[in-house]
Formats: sequence, structure tokens, C-alpha cells
Amino acid sequence: MTAAPNPASATGRAKSLRPRARLAVAAGRFVAWTSRVVQFGTGSVIGGRVSLLIDRNLLSELTASRDVVIVSATNGKTTTTKLLSSALGTSRPIVSNWLGANMTPGIVAALATANATDTAVLEVDERWVDSVLRATNANTVVLLNLSRDQLDRTQEVRKLAEQWRIALKTTPPRTVVANADDPLVTWAALAAPNVVWVGTGQEWTADAAGCPACSGRIDFTDAGWACTACDLRRPSVDVALINGAIAINGRTMSGDLALPGRVNRVNAAFALAAASAMGTDLDQAFDGLDDVREIAGRYRVAQFGDTRIRLLLAKNPAGWHEALELLEGPSTPLVIAINARIADGHDPSWLWDVAYERIGQRFVVAIGERRHDLAVRFRYGNINHIVADDLESAVEVVRQSPSYDPTLPIDVASNYTAFQDHLEHVGGVL
Amino acid sequence: MTSLPATRLNDSAVRIVSLYPDLLGTYGDGGNALVLSRRLEWRGIAIEHITVDAGEPVPDSADLYLVGGGEDGPQVQATRELEQSQGLHRAVDNGAVVLAICAGMQILGHRFPDANGTSRPGLGLLDCETIRVDRPRAVGELLTTSAQLTTPEGIIELGQLTGFENHAGRTIPGSRSQRLSAVEVGEGNGDGTEGVITGKIVGTYLHGPALARNPLLADALLGWIVGTSAMTPLDDTDVDSLRTERIQAARDHELAPRRSWRDILRRS
Repeated sequence: MTAAPNPASATGRAKSLRPRARLAVAAGRFVAWTSRVVQFGTGSVIGGRVSLLIDRNLLSELTASRDVVIVSATNGKTTTTKLLSSALGTSRPIVSNWLGANMTPGIVAALATANATDTAVLEVDERWVDSVLRATNANTVVLLNLSRDQLDRTQEVRKLAEQWRIALKTTPPRTVVANADDPLVTWAALAAPNVVWVGTGQEWTADAAGCPACSGRIDFTDAGWACTACDLRRPSVDVALINGAIAINGRTMSGDLALPGRVNRVNAAFALAAASAMGTDLDQAFDGLDDVREIAGRYRVAQFGDTRIRLLLAKNPAGWHEALELLEGPSTPLVIAINARIADGHDPSWLWDVAYERIGQRFVVAIGERRHDLAVRFRYGNINHIVADDLESAVEVVRQSPSYDPTLPIDVASNYTAFQDHLEHVGGVL
Repeated sequence: MTSLPATRLNDSAVRIVSLYPDLLGTYGDGGNALVLSRRLEWRGIAIEHITVDAGEPVPDSADLYLVGGGEDGPQVQATRELEQSQGLHRAVDNGAVVLAICAGMQILGHRFPDANGTSRPGLGLLDCETIRVDRPRAVGELLTTSAQLTTPEGIIELGQLTGFENHAGRTIPGSRSQRLSAVEVGEGNGDGTEGVITGKIVGTYLHGPALARNPLLADALLGWIVGTSAMTPLDDTDVDSLRTERIQAARDHELAPRRSWRDILRRS
């Protein structure tokens, strides 16, 4: 847990880059600009791709004189990246890809527009940790969790854990901030020389029952976890979440956070641990955490016609487990939307791993391309539901319902692409 | 439990065991227990659902056992524990019904490949063998032609089976087993058939919550236990909408399993 010195201060945008890299950056930005002008999208990914075509070592060049921190996980990487950026941003200039383009092209695009020495806080897709770590030689790597997500696409979570393990062995960062309550993450992080272990309690353990080290069985108890066949067990933690307060470096940080729910306390603990490991003052970093109010539209309350809606995102069983904490209280009707496009994973079988029964007596309107899968799940959950064609008609159905309360926003909980559709509908990311 | 279902006493609950969901249960396999339980409850038949985690004793007196899908490592661990326990073996001897999904089907067979491709002995309860083949995983919608189940009370129509598959390996049914159905879209066993039935053990590559989309299969399994006459009609409106949509999606090849040219050549 030593303070990370800032890298040597070079100034000026991309001044130290070789001509080829400068050309790559310029071309990428031109393509991105064109893409925006023709309203094709933000252009960051395509711009990044063009840049990499011209100079495939561009990511190494763009990070040569920066402090780099990588954040990866199945769930919470965007939020934690935003929280960490805000915590570090209180003491130094930072650049981040927090719009969610989290593979090399998106990262290159984000870095290309920044000052050459700004600290890079990078959200990295689970499958790209290896290549981004090798290219950037990141000083700090934050690993939150691994659980089943889009299994038809990413295959098995254990293979991902093994990729992480090899990556950390091959390109050891100065510090790894890792989840001691996730056996898969722990096993991966044990390959690194210096680990700050964060223990926040893991309520979702269903994907980690098989030991990643020996394929024995992991026993979970209130006190921790251990393999019944080999010596893999929960390491003792350096940072802990205790009754919502973050215990770190002998202190207890218990102030309010703008983001709701237990899960965001967990994300904040990781962000604080990483910021502290990178040398930021704890109080300053904690103030930074409180500045984050929404993450790319998540938790946003938006106007939708005459009604207000609250946008919630949950992409997989572990994510829904956390989201249901916010959904199980009220009695007003809500909307749930499920798609199964490439970015969501084509197979929504995981709907059966989500305890939607926690919704209780709330009336649910199912929408999205896989609304019939949802309806069948709700039918067998004895959940009062109806199917609607789209968000407009769902909101109309909710407004006609006797339990509708016009003083409250309507909760609209969606998985990834359904969420993006709804966000676009209410005006996109601000 | 050796007597035939028709003689079952009214006051005894149907006992359903979910086997090792902590090891075998990667993709919503818990859905099958829920579907079976509700379809009994809605008909006023008592149900007792028992979850047996790895390391716990396997009861041998239940009526129906659910063995789910899983990843390579846990699959081997589950086989080891089930072999040691012998509880499932005794249950099958007692006439219990078993639904084995994907990896569950593989380990119930005579042999299956582990993570390294090494062939390992399975439990030998299901008359089939799974071998490793050099081809990409079969991932996508799986749709069969109309399926049937032969029971003591006659042939039961299951309709077309629809679901999602996500597996490697090819499963070769043995001479003592029947195929569940033939593949219309997707991979299935790998030889144009789908699923294996030995006695009252049904294995299928329809993964995860297979019974959610296939209520007739769910009722057939339950019919083995409580008699087909007890399987009175239920309101399956939501399920019918889903089936219609998914059968069409499979036919439109919305999600055909990825195949290389090499695979197509090898198969023909």
C-alpha cells in the first residue's frame, strides 16, 4: 500500500508521440468526428479502430508517460471506474473511458484526446484485461468479481479467472486491489506480488462453488470461504465493508454516498482502496465518491411524456440480486425489460436464476424483445404480470393500474441493450 | 417406491430433488424444479422440493431427480461425489425419474470428456457415451421435430421441443436407449438426434430451464410419478406465446450454432 508517485511531468497533448502514432491519433479523431457529424454514434470505437490500424502499438505509446489503473469485473466496473475517477480527480488530472467503450479501440479513443500525463482510469472488459495490461503496464489493477454473464458469448467464468491469473503473472502490476470474497478473483489475484484484499461480503456465490485451483468444492460460511480439497481460502482483508462503513488504513469512512444501494457501497470500497493505494488522501477521495450521482444514466429519474420514470440497469443474476434490493420495497407497478442481443448474450436462461419473487405483490409489465421469456418466468413465480409491446404502452398500462402512484417515478429495470434504448429515448447520456 | 405410480397414495407429496445445484447449475437449471413444483401445486398435488448440495448425502427415496448443466471442473467433482454416494443409483433402481440436462446427461452416461478432453468414466445410468469432437461449441437455439415418450400408460406426445443449447462433445446413444427426438434446428446429440432416454432417465441438450418452454415434457415426467390422468390442463397462455415466438426464431436461424466449413464437410 505504498503511495504511487506521479509519473514524470511531460506537458502538452501527445507531444512525445512518434509521427506514426500522431498520424494514428489524428486519423482516429477525424473518423470519430465524421461518425458524429453523420450521426452514426459517438464514433469513439470506430475512431479507435482506425487509429489502431495505423499504429497497433498505439495504446502502449499513449500510456507510456501516465499512471494507469485498470478496473475489471463482471458487475460494477463502470460504476467503480467512475467512482475511482472522481476520487482520484480530487488530487490529479485524470482521463477515463467511462462511457463504457471498454476494449482497446474505445480506450485508445478516450486517451487520444487527453493530456499525455493525465492518470488513465480504465474500465476494461473482462476478456481484454490481459492485452490492455500488457500494452499499458498498468501500475494498479482493480478486480471486483466474476460471475456468469452472457455465457454463450464469454464461455465459462473459470477460464476468465485463469486468463486473469496468467496476465497478472506475466505483467505484474505494482498493486492489485482484489475481492477477497470472490474465490475466482482471489485465485487470479494470488498470482500478483502485492495485493490489497477488499472484503465486502459477497451475497452472490452461486458461480463459485467449484474451486478454480483444484476443481474441489468451495465451502462458504459466515466467516469466509475455503476449498475442502486444497489450501485455497479467503485471504485476510486489508479493507472491509462493515455495516455500510468502509474500514481502511485503521479508519472508518461512513459518510453518505449519492448512489443508492449496498452494491454501490461495495463499489465505493474498491474505489477508495485503489485511490488510497495510488496515494490519494482518504478524506479527499471519499469526498470525490459522493460527487458521483448517476452512472451513464443509471438511477436517473427522467421525464417520459407526462410521467417520470427511474432507469435501473441489471444485466445478469448477480446484478439483479443487487437491483432487487431497490425494487422489493414499494407497492407501485413497475416495468421490466429484457433483450437478448449480442451485447446482452443470446440466451436469457439466467432469468430463472433471478429471485424475481422478491418483487412480491407489485404488478409488473414485461417488455423488451424477450418479454415472453419474462412472462413465463413471472407466471411460474406467481408474479402478477402482463406483457406490453414497448415502453410507451407499458407506461400507459402502469398509469391505468389502481396501485399507480403519480407522485413517484415509475421504476423501469432493464438489461443492457434495453436500458440503452430507454436511455436514448429520454435524451441519452448527459 | 418400487410400486407403479398409479398406486400412489394421495397424502404423500411428490418428492423432487435438485442434485448439487452448487456444482451443476450454470444456466438457470433451478427453473426446472420451479416449473415442476408449480405444475403440481396448481393441480392440488403436494410437493416436497429438496436441494442437495455437494458434500451432502443423496436421498434414495425421492420420486424425481434433477441433474443440471455445469462447467468442466465441477462436472468431474459432481461425478466423483455421486459415484461415492450411490444414492442416485439406488433411486434409479427404485424406479425414480431423472431429468439430466447437458453436462448432467454427459456424466450420467458411460463415459464423458473432462476439461482436458480425457475420457472419464461416467455414472453409467444413462445408456450413452459422450466423446470430444474437434469442432466449435454448439451454441444457439435448438428445435426438434415432434417428440414422444413411451410410458407404461402408452405413448405421450411432447410436441416439438424448443430451447437453447450450449455444449461441446457429441453424445452417442447406446442400444438400450431411445432418442428423445430428432433435430430440426441446431446440433443436439450431434448425429441429427436429440436427447437420450434409458428407462425413466431423460437426458437432453436443451439446457438450463428446459421445462419452461416444454410443459408437455414436464407433465410427462410428472405423469410417470402421479399418473397421466392427474395431468389436467393448465393455463399455458404465456408459455404458448413464448413457444410460438422461439420456434419461429429457431426456423429463421436467428441463432444457428456457429459452424465452420470444416464442420459442414465433416458432417456430410
